[in-house]
Amino acid sequence: MGMTIAEKILAKHAGVDSVKPGQYVWCKVDATSGHSLRALELLGVDRVWDPERVFIVDDHQAPPPTIEVANRMRETRRLVKKYGIKHYYEYGRGGILHQVFAERGMYAPGELIAQGDSHSTSGGVFNACVTNANMDAVHILAFGDLWFRVPESVRVVLNGTLPAWCVGKDVILKVASELGTDYGLYKSVEYVGPVAAQMTLAQRWTISNMGVEVGAKFALFEADAKTDAFLKDRVTRPYEHVTADPDAAYEAQYEFDLSTLTPMVARPGDPGNGVPVESVLTEHVKIDQAFLGSCTNARLEDLEVAARIIKGKQIHPDVRMLVSPSSQEVFGQALKAGYLEILADAGALVEHSTCGPCYGGHMGVLGDHEVCISSSNRNFQGRMGSPLAKVWLASPATVAASAIAGEIVDPRQYL
Amino acid sequence: MQTTFTGRVWKFGEAISTDLMVPGSKVLANPGITPEEAAQFCMSANRPGWVDQVQPGDLLVAGTNFGCGSSRNGSQPLKVLGIACVLADSVSRIHLRNAVNTGLPTLVAPGISAFVEEGQRLEVNIVSGQVKNLDTGKTLQAQAWPEDSPPFQILMAGGLDAYMKDKVRKAGLVRA
Repeated sequence: MGMTIAEKILAKHAGVDSVKPGQYVWCKVDATSGHSLRALELLGVDRVWDPERVFIVDDHQAPPPTIEVANRMRETRRLVKKYGIKHYYEYGRGGILHQVFAERGMYAPGELIAQGDSHSTSGGVFNACVTNANMDAVHILAFGDLWFRVPESVRVVLNGTLPAWCVGKDVILKVASELGTDYGLYKSVEYVGPVAAQMTLAQRWTISNMGVEVGAKFALFEADAKTDAFLKDRVTRPYEHVTADPDAAYEAQYEFDLSTLTPMVARPGDPGNGVPVESVLTEHVKIDQAFLGSCTNARLEDLEVAARIIKGKQIHPDVRMLVSPSSQEVFGQALKAGYLEILADAGALVEHSTCGPCYGGHMGVLGDHEVCISSSNRNFQGRMGSPLAKVWLASPATVAASAIAGEIVDPRQYL
Repeated sequence: MQTTFTGRVWKFGEAISTDLMVPGSKVLANPGITPEEAAQFCMSANRPGWVDQVQPGDLLVAGTNFGCGSSRNGSQPLKVLGIACVLADSVSRIHLRNAVNTGLPTLVAPGISAFVEEGQRLEVNIVSGQVKNLDTGKTLQAQAWPEDSPPFQILMAGGLDAYMKDKVRKAGLVRA
């Protein structure tokens, strides 16, 4: 019996020829993040297994809004020095971890990585098994390995041709609206098909990023020339693309024809609440805030499309627009390309690269009864601040068009 | 580690996210907060006042995809509040690992939402996975971990901290 991508990568890292779904294995891990260094210190262990393969960036609250947060960051810097961690990115040189770690060469095809933050499934865009290790990252820091339950694999086949103005965000909101937000629960999801090949790396990245929103352990794409182009000069170690065997076993296969897809929004409450944006136009949903940011959709092409829509116009007077590029590198590219100037001239607040508004903790928290349209990943009750606030999820184009209109609109009318 | 739990049930619905258990705006934004203080915000958005009603030894039953969303440890406030055991139709991967590492027995029990009403009493054996409704007399089989599996061993050690203390000492990573 052949193996899926996840089975091949887990077997290789477990040092065995093959693995089966449901099996428990201990696997060597290629890299992790350093959020558990303090736990390691409390255990009395005074070294990490490999200081070259531990990555840290403060992204949720940097720069610090309070003395308590500032002191926590001082503690991180002390631990970085104590353990000789090579990959620590101070604010001004960092950004949101999933973007920064990729830019700094943490992920390569065929690798197995377990790290902090639920959106670690993002790394699956690089044809690598990347998932969350929360408390148990301390086991990796100490020993360089971690237990895994080999997941069942499911395959999502993205057929057809993606229409103009539809992007990866619209695809994942569509898929989640039809399959629910648990089709990937504890599973490895492989996204394949003509649209997977057609999409830019950044669009695929959104889909891997929201892998956790459909419950996935891994959210994988095959690697191609677009993958290699991003990794060139960032990853210097050798790697090989991993593909599934033709006779690999999938628990389920879901087919989508995306040729007739239209821009999507997810209604407040759950990322699975996706509907075509054109179906909500008659509701005239007024918005208070438009957020273009997060690890989901704040890459260069996301900022480019927003700038193209907003150029020469003004943000609606009743709307605050927040723009936060996904990393300092992206910030610099968008600055040089003129996108940030266009957005700032239109009255958007251009923030540094931060997780803050997305998780409702920093740099733009929602108040009672406020309505936000967001390019981020979650719209659970209370996610972006007040439990009484409402969050709609959408693509960068839909967020930008709505910011001008003052209500949720179809971006195709503005392009 | 205790392996059988008997207690009164609190029921929650589908897709209860960790944003509800550990609100980012209240907890993550405040690193100085103690676990006891943080627990007071648990489910405050979806069920205000619940934290004042829950008693040590109570059981929590939920629908599908319990603990979806953020990797924030939703099991910590539940444990602080005294929840002895959690059963859900399905549980998110990250939340399940956090539960194991926190030492809060959390079982995937397909059908549990339809099996028990709030306020009824359950008896749960976390080794065999057998669940008995003491009010109706009916039984339900939850998914038990293989006893030789790492998550079962970590849970039986009382959580990751205890498991790690033993493991790093045996590996000679801690100076005597």
